[in-house]
Amino acid sequence: MLLDADNVYYRELNQQIRELVAKGETEFEIVNVRGQRYIADGLDGDLKFLIHGVPGQDMAAFMRGPTIRVEGNVQDGVANTMDEGLIIINGMAGDVVGYAMRGGKVLIKGDVGYRVGIHMKAYKEKFPVLVIGGKAGDFLGEYMAGGAIILLGMITGKPDAPICGRSMGTGMHGGVIYVRGEIPAEQLGPNLKVEPVDAEDMKLITENLEQFCREFGVDLKAVLTEPFQRVKPFSHRPYGNLYVAC
Amino acid sequence: MAFAPINKNYHDFFVVRDKDACINCQVCVRQCSYGVHFWDEARQCVRHDNTKCIGCHRCEALCPTQALLIQEKPSNFKANALWRPVFIKNIYKQADTGGVLLSGMGSPADIPVYWDNLLLDASQVTNPSIDPLREPMELRTFLGSKPTRLEFEETPEGPRVKTKLKPNIALNFPIMFSAMSFGSINFNLHIAMARAASELGTYYNTGEGGLHQSLYKYGKNTIVQVASGRFGVHRDYLNAGAAIEIKIGQGAKPGIGGHLPGEKINAKVSETRMVPIGSDAISPAPHHDIYSIEDLHQLIYALKEASEYKVPVSVKIAAVHNVAAIASGVVRAGADIVAIDGMRGGTGAAPAMIRDNVGIPIELALASVDQRLRDEGIRNNASIVAAGGTRCSADVVKAIALGADAVYIGTAALLAVGCTLCARCYTGKCPWGIATNDPYLAKRQNPDIAAKKMANLMKAWAHEIEEMLGGMGLNSIESLRGNRDKLRAVGLNQIELDTLGVKAAGR
Repeated sequence: MLLDADNVYYRELNQQIRELVAKGETEFEIVNVRGQRYIADGLDGDLKFLIHGVPGQDMAAFMRGPTIRVEGNVQDGVANTMDEGLIIINGMAGDVVGYAMRGGKVLIKGDVGYRVGIHMKAYKEKFPVLVIGGKAGDFLGEYMAGGAIILLGMITGKPDAPICGRSMGTGMHGGVIYVRGEIPAEQLGPNLKVEPVDAEDMKLITENLEQFCREFGVDLKAVLTEPFQRVKPFSHRPYGNLYVAC
Repeated sequence: MAFAPINKNYHDFFVVRDKDACINCQVCVRQCSYGVHFWDEARQCVRHDNTKCIGCHRCEALCPTQALLIQEKPSNFKANALWRPVFIKNIYKQADTGGVLLSGMGSPADIPVYWDNLLLDASQVTNPSIDPLREPMELRTFLGSKPTRLEFEETPEGPRVKTKLKPNIALNFPIMFSAMSFGSINFNLHIAMARAASELGTYYNTGEGGLHQSLYKYGKNTIVQVASGRFGVHRDYLNAGAAIEIKIGQGAKPGIGGHLPGEKINAKVSETRMVPIGSDAISPAPHHDIYSIEDLHQLIYALKEASEYKVPVSVKIAAVHNVAAIASGVVRAGADIVAIDGMRGGTGAAPAMIRDNVGIPIELALASVDQRLRDEGIRNNASIVAAGGTRCSADVVKAIALGADAVYIGTAALLAVGCTLCARCYTGKCPWGIATNDPYLAKRQNPDIAAKKMANLMKAWAHEIEEMLGGMGLNSIESLRGNRDKLRAVGLNQIELDTLGVKAAGR
């Protein structure tokens, strides 16, 4: 189903999508998307979206299942509290990608903004993965409780910037951040351990990078030329001894 | 012994055991989860360790021979108006541990309770009072956005409302159970709240710990909460309730996040929150996707989109200094309900300094928010729910006269099932079986009995509200809403009177 979002208000666009989904439509191609918010929010099941343009804030929030490919950049809040699904962004993403995301996968070809992957969490078979081909802003993976972030720093519009901003992984109490190449120590939050990856880590990294490279036409061999580092918290209970009864 | 803690004997309570009455049955030993009472094998009798007593009174309540009395230990410190014992003891504790002072429940500090300075009106001579036992009395309350004006159209079946109305929730009376998460309190009490709310025709709030699958059937009496940790938040959850509430702040701990300790996260809590067993569940202080009113607007509408505009969205904020301006922004951001939690509100755990010193009382916050929204002409865009230290039905009536559409009760609902405000909710060892997920303790709450008690309390308050309304000559709660003429104040200064919008008694 081809939808033209030119001059369509987000509420009408999303209403139209929901009505079509209710009628059994499963594949959508949306053209001329220019900042319409909340696309695919709360949608459930095996749906496919191909989006041309720049989706607005909070795309795929609370989503469970659908696959979305965006030919272009996206604004803030992609995959907010997402449960399941696959999002492929052939471009850059704004701030707060994958906030509290519980499952599914987000592949971003280029750079991302601030506060990305905050409070990502895993539960049983749910294990969210976020792959970033470019660089990240401050507070990447803050409060992270589960899942994995893979940060490559390769496909970037900011050649002089460090691979991640300040306070990476601060307050992290679960999950893992994999970084290609060296991690600038001064950008790292407290109470984290940085180690070289092991074979099991590499299995997860390679699996996801194969998909990343396939989607964006990147040479996997070139990505794997540099070693990866692993960032993990020292404790699942970072604040266990902070308090005294009064 | 030279390095024993200074405060070893400066505990708060002591146990008085009547040796003649005690039959050494060991009920107290089994009931105390803090290990105060124990069986002394050598002496063949029950003894106790006063230092461990936290003053919950469970043993005293259950002792079959009334042999126990729990008393506050009189301080032996030399009287000092500045250095009250609480400060001295806390310093000793912090010097020993380097820890942040943690407590539970609402603040025990002497924060002014303006309800006590407000008095209600009644009819005499000039208009008749109404007897609710024999005359109709309307307590039904609708929460949600109301239209600015109504348009009608003629149809063959008669006139019809043309204006598209926004979703509202209907309460049989203006009281709801406040947000208390599953995890902070146990499952038996969540069932009890759900059943009580369903029976009464009102609502309970899930709190930020998600909603267990088995409680989805109570959805039409449930408000589902979305907090910064987003625990157990997913599309089914958002569509399970009758309303969605975004928790920005809590009166007991404005500006800080939540922190459910790993000790309280068992299999069922883990399943509901969708976090691993035993790992801390940390709610960040802010929602990191909300750094402005515009961002709040964004989350409100993301939730409305995900729930297809079928349910109202509430935003809960703590009562802080600029609460009126903040509430105005919240309403303009699209909230259908704004819940304001005053600084006397309860909590499962909060740093004591925050709880006792941050925020403002609900009465002042409520009055200023109601006035501000009226002044700006947007009062109809959202309902106001007041929370934080509502102790009785008269407090409810006064809150409504100050401008609330409804109130949330939390602490009162827990008191209804036996809580004694010992304020150790965060330990997970609640001897009353409330703030604990230990099955041995949690089974002390039977969900049927707890539901009955909660429902009884609400029904009793509803009757009292009807009596008070009738006395004022009003037959509908609508007529009281924001009707500050029905309030008079005693013992307040002019600034307080102005803020509350209430005249002094006698005027």
